Amino acid sequence: MLGALIIVFREVIEAGIIVGIMLAVTKGVPGRGRWIATGVGAGIAGASLLAVFADQISNALAGIGQELFNAAILFVAVIMLAWHNIWMARHGRQLAAQMKEVGDAVAKGSRSLAAVAIVVAVAVLREGSEIALFLYGLVIAGDSSALGLVAGGLIGLLLGCGVTVLTFLGLVKIPGRYLFGVTTFLITFLAAGLAAQCVVFLQQAGIATALEDTVWDTSAILSDRSLIGRMLHTLIGYTDQPSGMQLLVYALTLIMIFGLTKAFGPPPPTKQPAVIG
Amino acid sequence: MKLPASRKHAIGAGILAIGLLAAIPPVAFAEDAATVRLSIKDHRFQPAEARAPAGKPITIEIHNFDPTPAEFESRTLRVEKVVAGGGTITVQVRPLGAGRYRFFDDYHEDTTEGFLTVQ
Repeated sequence: MLGALIIVFREVIEAGIIVGIMLAVTKGVPGRGRWIATGVGAGIAGASLLAVFADQISNALAGIGQELFNAAILFVAVIMLAWHNIWMARHGRQLAAQMKEVGDAVAKGSRSLAAVAIVVAVAVLREGSEIALFLYGLVIAGDSSALGLVAGGLIGLLLGCGVTVLTFLGLVKIPGRYLFGVTTFLITFLAAGLAAQCVVFLQQAGIATALEDTVWDTSAILSDRSLIGRMLHTLIGYTDQPSGMQLLVYALTLIMIFGLTKAFGPPPPTKQPAVIG
Repeated sequence: MKLPASRKHAIGAGILAIGLLAAIPPVAFAEDAATVRLSIKDHRFQPAEARAPAGKPITIEIHNFDPTPAEFESRTLRVEKVVAGGGTITVQVRPLGAGRYRFFDDYHEDTTEGFLTVQ
C-alpha cells in the first residue's frame, strides 16, 4: 500500500504544483475556478482515454506515437505558458490593480484563462495517464492486496491535491504587488523545463539526434527522482543528466519568453509610484 | 457554444505544434542501429543483463508478456515509455559510451530492474 501511495504521489506532484501555480496566477480573475476545474476534468478524461488506448497510441506513427503525443502536448503547454505570460505582462497589471469595468475584466480574464485551463489539462493528462495505467494494472493483476494498493494510490492522489493547496497558499502569501512578478518568473522557468522535457521525447523517438550526449551527471548529489528533485524538476526543469540539446532548448525558451514578456510589457512607469500597492 | 478568440488561438497553436512535429522527417537511423530485445514477464526483465556495442545508436525493443502495463524507464539512457499489458514498444537510444546503464519498470522498480552493458 505504501508503495502504491509513493508511486502515485510521485506522479501527482508535478501536476499538483502546476495547478497550484495556475490557481495563484489567476487569483482574482472572475470565473477562474470554472476554467481550472474544466482543465482538471479534461485532463482526467483524457488521461483515462490514454490509459485505455496506451497500446494503440504507442504503436501509432511507426511506433513513436507515444513520444510524439507527449512532445506535442508539452509543446502546447509551453506555448500556452508563454502566451499567458506575455498576455499578463500587457494586461495583468491593470487587471490585478483595479477592475474598473468588471465586464471588461471578465472578458480579458477569460482570454488568459483558456491558456491556463489548457496548461492545467496538459499537466493532469500527462501525470494522470500514468496513474490511471498504474491503478489499472493493479486492478487487473487482481491479487488480494489490490484493494490496499488502490487505497494507497488514492491516498497518494489526495496528498497530491495537498501539494496544490500548499503551492497555492504559499504563493498567495506573497504580497499582491510582488505576486505578479514572482508568477511571471515561475511560469517562465516552468515553461523552459517543459520544453526541455519535450526534447527528451523527440530524442527517444529518434527525431532529435543532435547534441544528445549527457552534459553533466548530478544524480549523486540530487537525483531528479527524489522528492526535492522532482519538485525542482517541475519548478525549474531540473534534470540530473541533461543532454546538450535539452540545455540549449531550455536556455532558448527562457530567453524567448523573458524577451517577449519584456517586449510586450507596459513601458516602465516614469511618473510617481502608485499610492496603493 | 461560441469559442472565445483565445480558444481559437490555443487550438491553432495546438494544430501548429502537431503540424510542425509531423513536418519533421523521421531520421533514418535504422541501418546503423544495434537492436536490443528485452521482455518483461512476472515483473522481471529478460534478459536482466543486456549488451550493446558502444558508439552506435541503439534500438531497444521491449515486449511485455504480463497482462499489466509497465513503464520502461532509464535515467542514464534517458528514456521513459509505457508498455501496455501484452504490448511491444521500441525506443531509440543515442550512441553510448562504454558503461553499465540501468533501466527499470517505473511501476515496479523494486523487482523490475535490468542493466545494459555497453562496450
